Amino acid sequence: MTSTLRRRWLLWSGVALLALALSLAWRVTRGYAQTAAAPPAAPALVKEDDDSTADHTKFEALQQDFQNATEVTQACLECHTEAAKQVMASTHWTWEFPGGETGETWGKRHVINNFCVAVTSNWPRCTSCHVGYGWKDDTFFDTATEAQVDCLVCHDTTGTYKKFPAGAGHPAYEPKEFPPGSGKIWEPPDLAYIAQNVGRPGNKNCGACHFYGGGGDGVKHGDMDSTLAAPPKEVDVHLSPEGAGLVCADCHKTHAHQVPGSRYAMTPKDTHGKDLPVADDNPTTCESCHGLAPMKNPKLNDHVDKVACQTCHIPAFARGDKPTKMWWDWSKAGDKTRGDHGVEKDENGWVIYDYKKGEFVWQKNVTPTYLWFNGQTTYMVEGEKIDPNGPVYINKPAGGPDDPNARIYPFKVFRGKQGYDPVNQVLLVPHLFPFNKEDTTAYWKGFDWGTAFEVGMKTAGLDYSGQYDWIETTMYWPITHMVAPAEQALQCGDCHQPQGRLAQVPGVYIPGQTGHPTIDAIGWTLSGLALLGVVVHAGLRVASRRKA
Amino acid sequence: MKTRRIYLYTRFERFWHWMQALLIIGLGITGFEVHGSYSWLGFQTAYMWHVRFGWALVALIVFAAFWHFTTGQWKNYIPTFERVGVMVRYYTSGIFRNEPHPYKKSELSKLNPLQRLTYLGFKILIAPILVTTGLLLIYYNRWPDWGLNWKLASVSSLHLAGAFLILMFFIVHVYMTTTGHTVFSNIKAMIVGYEEVPEEEAAPAAAAD
Repeated sequence: MTSTLRRRWLLWSGVALLALALSLAWRVTRGYAQTAAAPPAAPALVKEDDDSTADHTKFEALQQDFQNATEVTQACLECHTEAAKQVMASTHWTWEFPGGETGETWGKRHVINNFCVAVTSNWPRCTSCHVGYGWKDDTFFDTATEAQVDCLVCHDTTGTYKKFPAGAGHPAYEPKEFPPGSGKIWEPPDLAYIAQNVGRPGNKNCGACHFYGGGGDGVKHGDMDSTLAAPPKEVDVHLSPEGAGLVCADCHKTHAHQVPGSRYAMTPKDTHGKDLPVADDNPTTCESCHGLAPMKNPKLNDHVDKVACQTCHIPAFARGDKPTKMWWDWSKAGDKTRGDHGVEKDENGWVIYDYKKGEFVWQKNVTPTYLWFNGQTTYMVEGEKIDPNGPVYINKPAGGPDDPNARIYPFKVFRGKQGYDPVNQVLLVPHLFPFNKEDTTAYWKGFDWGTAFEVGMKTAGLDYSGQYDWIETTMYWPITHMVAPAEQALQCGDCHQPQGRLAQVPGVYIPGQTGHPTIDAIGWTLSGLALLGVVVHAGLRVASRRKA
Repeated sequence: MKTRRIYLYTRFERFWHWMQALLIIGLGITGFEVHGSYSWLGFQTAYMWHVRFGWALVALIVFAAFWHFTTGQWKNYIPTFERVGVMVRYYTSGIFRNEPHPYKKSELSKLNPLQRLTYLGFKILIAPILVTTGLLLIYYNRWPDWGLNWKLASVSSLHLAGAFLILMFFIVHVYMTTTGHTVFSNIKAMIVGYEEVPEEEAAPAAAAD
């Protein structure tokens, strides 16, 4: 070979090698081009409804003329001997939850919120969502029997079983009007028919209480309302019949009537991954089905150490048919002259004033607030001291950027104004719902806050100075339902920009958002000076050449 | 003026130079968008191309390093402070008096002392910082596995500082190409390989070092 030929050969083989290397680099990085990668299919769930070995219509015990729902329970327990014991050990029954390191006992029985504030002294109304019958005062847990467990609220498949809103957990046994004066009649359900058609809980069973928390459809959570009974895929990919077609209990995988996935003990960062087919971890996490690296795009999977799945995949809450309540001002209650007999509606037909409850603000399609969250939330219990100067947080999610269990997580922030005792510095327990027909001390009967607080606090066994005032309080509601289709998830640029979604989240460097202001200032100044320098230099050269 | 054609830049060298130029421009445009300096392509597209350009540059650097060592071209970057003062004086005053360039280019020594220092700095300081921090940023999730306990913000600040140095280099470098025998003679040489230099400038090869 001549030297020219050899050189040429070397040159072309070099070019070929370079092309090969570049194409390899392209292939390696090609994954980044894929947007909105579809997650790998979750393991198929067996629809067990069809698998039952029992036809409840054939059981003689259920072919009765039931006069009271407790009789149905007694019939159930003839075969399901352990069911009531299991339910009575669950949070659904006790409304109690151990408060972790605080040593307090949480659960609805003890905590305060800024919706209807407290269960104490308001039992018959609040306990219409208790999984039992007859919790009408604070003696209930001393006397309750297994027959008082409500099987039907969870296991009715007919959709006709309804607990009366002010019946302490019982359904109506004769036609009754609620709310009083509304003309809305609650018919007694056909208990035998319902008892013969029991099955596994569907979305409507859970939703009967959980969609209506806070006293109405969509009021409380923001990520749960009646839309979720059978939502369009855009609202919730999991529960939608057009989507995964799951029911609540597929994730809230219940064993012996203990339902996992409580808001009191969450797992925002599941490092265990898939729980199927063997559940040995919290089964309600995304990772339990989707695993630890669910996205095709490797760069997206790089985010899962610090960003919860919910943050990107639930771009907004209250995306169903209903708005959610964002503000509730009790201090404005009591004015029957406002609106139509004390009820005002906005242009959407949403009630923004109710003389019984005060002023509300509703929103749909709400952008969440993002916080570091490790799954622990501290809750305020009845009688806990507050700092009237501070923002009063009724609950507070824990976690920070250096917490290995924490991830950035979406929340609904709910604010309101409620009564407090400026002398004792505690939030007040209001007696809202009358104990009985003769009771006029309840606010919704006598409309006197002083009496309502006095009776509420006395019933709770707490000191009341006799003075009350109003104070703004804040509550955080974790957003985890209403997962949107992948193509509607947040895109890179939603966070990676100077005013990105996570701009308020401390302790995390986000390219495109966080920045390095000092280096930027120095860098742009020096680059500008360099540019100025060459322009001046060029000008001087032109000038000197002209002179020459 | 009588001129002579000298062969300064081989085919690979020219290919390498322009590939590198394109990649660096691409990296700059996409990189400053990833940094949040402006919004044009969108973060996702900018990021995606930034990483691709980065890998392509790494591949190019591997080939260029091989070329430098096998051809002995690396000797062009041996730094010298000799006559740096003369060079600075030329660019700050002589050039405005139409004085001849004090450095005589030749096939064996094609870079003047200022170029040697600048390009060497580019090759052994700025480029390695940018490439190393860049690769680290791509794989930041694996730092714990690698036993690294660094802050993302610190590594990215180094990457950004390197990017500003390249930007300044780019501005001055492009401008300096116009200070040759004619405004475009330097750029033309980097395209065709040959440069027209004044006859008396073309020093005998042996005397160049």
